[in-house]
Amino acid sequence: MANVFTSIGDWVNERAPNLAPTYRKHMTEYYAPKNFNLWYYFGSLALVVLINQIVTGIFLTMNYNPSAAGAFDSVQYIMRDVEWGWLIRYMHSTGASLFFVVVFLHMFRGIMYGSYKKPRELVWLLGMLIFLVLMAEAFMGYVLPWGNMSFWGAKVIVSLFGTIPVIGGTLVEWIMGDFLPADATLNRFFALHVIALPIVLLLLVVLHLAALHEVGSNNPDGVEIKKGPKGNRWDALKPTDGIPFHPYYTVKDLVGVGFFLLIAAFIIFFAPTFGGWFLEHDNSIMANNLVTPAEIKPVWYFTPFYAIVRMIPSFAGTAVWGVLAMFGAIAVLFLLPWFDRGQVKSIRYRGTGYKVALGVFVIAFLGLGSVGAGITAEVIPEWFGNVDLTTWENAFGRLMTLLYFGFFAFLWAYTHFGWEKTKPVPDRVTMHD
Amino acid sequence: MTKRQITMKHFLSAAALALGLLVGGVPAHAEGEGGLLKSGADVRDQASLQRGARLFFNYCVGCHSLKYVRYSRIAEDLGLSEQEVMQNLNFTGARFDDPVISHMPAESAGKWFGKAPPDLSLEVSAKSSDWVYTYLNSFYLDPHSPIGWNNTALPNAAMPFPLWELQGLQTAVMKPGTDEVEKLELSKPGKLTPAQFQQATRDLTSFLEYASEPAALQRHHYGIWVLLFLAFFTLLAAMLKKEYWKDVH
Repeated sequence: MANVFTSIGDWVNERAPNLAPTYRKHMTEYYAPKNFNLWYYFGSLALVVLINQIVTGIFLTMNYNPSAAGAFDSVQYIMRDVEWGWLIRYMHSTGASLFFVVVFLHMFRGIMYGSYKKPRELVWLLGMLIFLVLMAEAFMGYVLPWGNMSFWGAKVIVSLFGTIPVIGGTLVEWIMGDFLPADATLNRFFALHVIALPIVLLLLVVLHLAALHEVGSNNPDGVEIKKGPKGNRWDALKPTDGIPFHPYYTVKDLVGVGFFLLIAAFIIFFAPTFGGWFLEHDNSIMANNLVTPAEIKPVWYFTPFYAIVRMIPSFAGTAVWGVLAMFGAIAVLFLLPWFDRGQVKSIRYRGTGYKVALGVFVIAFLGLGSVGAGITAEVIPEWFGNVDLTTWENAFGRLMTLLYFGFFAFLWAYTHFGWEKTKPVPDRVTMHD
Repeated sequence: MTKRQITMKHFLSAAALALGLLVGGVPAHAEGEGGLLKSGADVRDQASLQRGARLFFNYCVGCHSLKYVRYSRIAEDLGLSEQEVMQNLNFTGARFDDPVISHMPAESAGKWFGKAPPDLSLEVSAKSSDWVYTYLNSFYLDPHSPIGWNNTALPNAAMPFPLWELQGLQTAVMKPGTDEVEKLELSKPGKLTPAQFQQATRDLTSFLEYASEPAALQRHHYGIWVLLFLAFFTLLAAMLKKEYWKDVH
């Protein structure tokens, strides 16, 4: 038997001599720092969710009907008549939300340990592109069940482009292919959701990993293991503090995957709507352009960005500023490697000002999320009684918007003018057993 | 107060509820919110589902369809035989594999009530079981309403109350000097005591919750085994990791 495998291997090797070296480069001879902590699980988890979305998505398309007349019924058909259809759909809908959970945590890890800094700017930029495509992918996927929130969410989000002066109105019609979200809209969103964007997403993921493996992984200490001592048990020239990705991090990530699947399965089997956060009540009503939901708001992962649109007032006769600010909120993330001029990567050795600023940034992000999700609209009257909700909500939301953008401005000034008092960075990684 | 409840409280209660289902297997008693009564509906109580189905097919199906639910599926999920379903629940002459479609013509119904009676397949998903339970317990006689009935959960609902002979007749006590309802009083008792009627509407709500998501039965059935398997898998993975990482210092 062993001979059969060897001869097959030899046969392939002869015809594709670069295959085995490529595998070694990315797996068994990719030396990752040995001090990864909990935060380093989310990259591999994002990959697991991506595969889940693709596989469950393929099975959903087998029974989904991308038409305004048939979409809603076909989702119920999947939920009731297709064998295990309910499980496939819940895996897909829960996966969509968990995708954003792990991606947000993955991005936060990158910010916290300075993984976006030289020489990893390209890794960060490709990651940000993934995030952008993921948002488009999620938005279009959300429209496909053709529930009433799908419809009104699509209408509101597409209408954002209508604020662009002169061409806005035409642009909105062009995007939807109609005057309202309709059959044409659903058809094109389906095409983009199941084929166009996934291809782009997969390509970007490959590039993201390729770019990472060129420069090597960062770590919680933010020190370059390639600049440290050389020589380990496997290779005399490779970093002493590096261990082969396979098998060390593959088995470690397997533990992370196990924990993650426990949480995911718990949601899928016992709380698939997650109290209306992952699947919304209004989406159990078929799309109806005559009945507006009591409150139109996007799914939770868009709420911080949606809040920014709402908080920026119209000015000079146009509401485009809010939309610009929303895109700006993502654009500043792209530019993070250039806002932050500090040489020290990891939060462990950065100045107090940075730690405070990052804490404020997290609060601003969650605060904006609570405005976008309508939580403040409920909490303010509860806590403060009979006050003017709009004034209070705007005050809070605008403060959070200011703090969100303020983080980037502060970070630039803090590092550009040399105000940051950093701690000494160790020469080698510190193990935290 | 908006109709959709999305407070942290709701979020936490949903999480606690989910946790409760997993750990204790106790019936899900969601905390009633926004003035709603707690339904106490439980889709895993098969006897309750059977009683709810009987009520639905005796009192509701005359006007309301369950277009996504098949008679055969009800039989399978509620532990009933084909004969039992066809004799006791199917009064329209539909085939066993057909969905539950009311015989009321939608067009005429629109004229009679001002609004065609909605399909109830997804009513609990669209609102909540608490909402449905509250609605069923909140009808009262209203001489000002064109149909003679009104409802505190859905003011000016265009629906006469088909369960009145079970509950009796409720009338509204107004807040002095306003046209707001302060409370409802049972002015004429029905066939059931108030406690029996609450149980009946709880059964009906359970059945509609089941109709909204028949998969809930399978979810609860398989979920615990999936979690146990994953816990075992994670344990093995953790042991494997420990073994491999022995020599990393």
